[in-house]
Amino acid sequence: MYPESCRYTKDHEWIRIEGERGVVGITHHAQSQLGEVVFVELPEIGRTLKSGESFGSVESVKAVSDLYAPVSGEVVEVNAALGKTPETVNADPHGEGWMVVLRILDPDEATTLMDAARYSDYVGAGA
Amino acid sequence: MSSEGQPRKTPLFDLHRESGAKLATFAGWEMPIEYAGIVREHLAVRMSAGLFDVSHMGEFEVEGPGALTFLQRVTANDVARLATGQAQYSALPMPNGAPIDDIIVFRRADERFLLVVNAANADKDWRWLSSQDHRGCELHDVSENYALLALQGPRSEGILSRLAVIDLARLAPFHFVEGAVDGLPAIVSRTGYTGEDGFEIFVASRDADRLWRAILAEGREESVVPVGLGARDTLRLEARLLLYGNDIDETTTLIEAGLGWIVALDERKGDFIGRARLAEEKGRGTRRKLAGFELTGPGIARHGHGVLQDGERVADVRSGTYAPFLKKSIGLCYLPSARSGVGEELAIEIRGRRVPARVVPTPFYRRSK
Repeated sequence: MYPESCRYTKDHEWIRIEGERGVVGITHHAQSQLGEVVFVELPEIGRTLKSGESFGSVESVKAVSDLYAPVSGEVVEVNAALGKTPETVNADPHGEGWMVVLRILDPDEATTLMDAARYSDYVGAGA
Repeated sequence: MSSEGQPRKTPLFDLHRESGAKLATFAGWEMPIEYAGIVREHLAVRMSAGLFDVSHMGEFEVEGPGALTFLQRVTANDVARLATGQAQYSALPMPNGAPIDDIIVFRRADERFLLVVNAANADKDWRWLSSQDHRGCELHDVSENYALLALQGPRSEGILSRLAVIDLARLAPFHFVEGAVDGLPAIVSRTGYTGEDGFEIFVASRDADRLWRAILAEGREESVVPVGLGARDTLRLEARLLLYGNDIDETTTLIEAGLGWIVALDERKGDFIGRARLAEEKGRGTRRKLAGFELTGPGIARHGHGVLQDGERVADVRSGTYAPFLKKSIGLCYLPSARSGVGEELAIEIRGRRVPARVVPTPFYRRSK
């Protein structure tokens, strides 16, 4: 369910680190709690985020959920396709449903995040 | 009637829980919010059919030689227009012209009526009605006796016809019959809260479980799905059906809300609570009006967001949602009457951003005949 290649936050974001780049999205658990995603608000490219800073939101019909940066970094890509097809977040949260790519400022920050096994425990069995 | 603390449960609660529905407390009741997803359920009702448990609604019986006189006095619409077997959208106005609740009045016989009231208002309505002069008739709260199922959508008639010994093709909108559905005694009414054709079915609480399963089984071919309160809300808003507590309340008059069509000022109706104020407003107009808007920028307007005109906050969003069939963000708010016409530019304050919007004609969605 939760890729080993990613790290996870308590707010249910994942980050997949590829060199100095980090791809960020929300977890299967998060999308399932939220329900069908109908709107995703993403930041502008070039914005610098601090770890834990809100950079956008993801909304279902009933609920709004903030997106928080798992680590500090500069936004270098956003998944613009989600503007037209926000439901991709439900269909493929750990793949095509990614949100932003950050250029990571401090590689040490990611070491404090949960690995897949710990995140699975965190959200509980069956979640 | 309602108790503090523990939420109440409809006769179908166990079924909802077993089916894996997301549950939440609404108006003191633990209700299914969604089963397969609000968007999917919403579209199922628009395209085929969906089944709702709305047993939380309250039902009051008004019976006796004074029933008509009483109802003419406490409701806004003309009850005398109802023949036996007809239903009518109405409201219980206060002297200030604002509603205690919006209701449906069913005429079951010359001197026997059933009122269907909002769950959130049932206690308040009961206190209000019991405190009014009701000589010559008896009021009974029969909410516990009934479960209420709603089958809504273009395929509803076909599905229900196979279960009911009732000629549904001849049942006109806002008419009802008392008959058998799957062998169970029921009141079947061609009414609903979705903007689609459909039926509301009153059955004894003990029969609810069987009827629910029977309708889902019978409608398998039409892919009928259970629908929660989440999609009920998006469906009703697309059709501009108002929600008490959001769009109307004790501070909004029926005229401001665009409900002048349920305010009967003719001689036959005579005087009723709130008439003076409502007649005056119908004549000279109101300072503000309930208007529908759609966002022209990205985002979703929600209840409580600020509404701006020329940079000034003029209102709050009363109802706002993503509209799954229209694929737009829509909402309702009270605007100054002079600035409430179709095409007026607005901005909605959504979490610190000002998103452009404009007033559009309502209902946002109208089904093709």
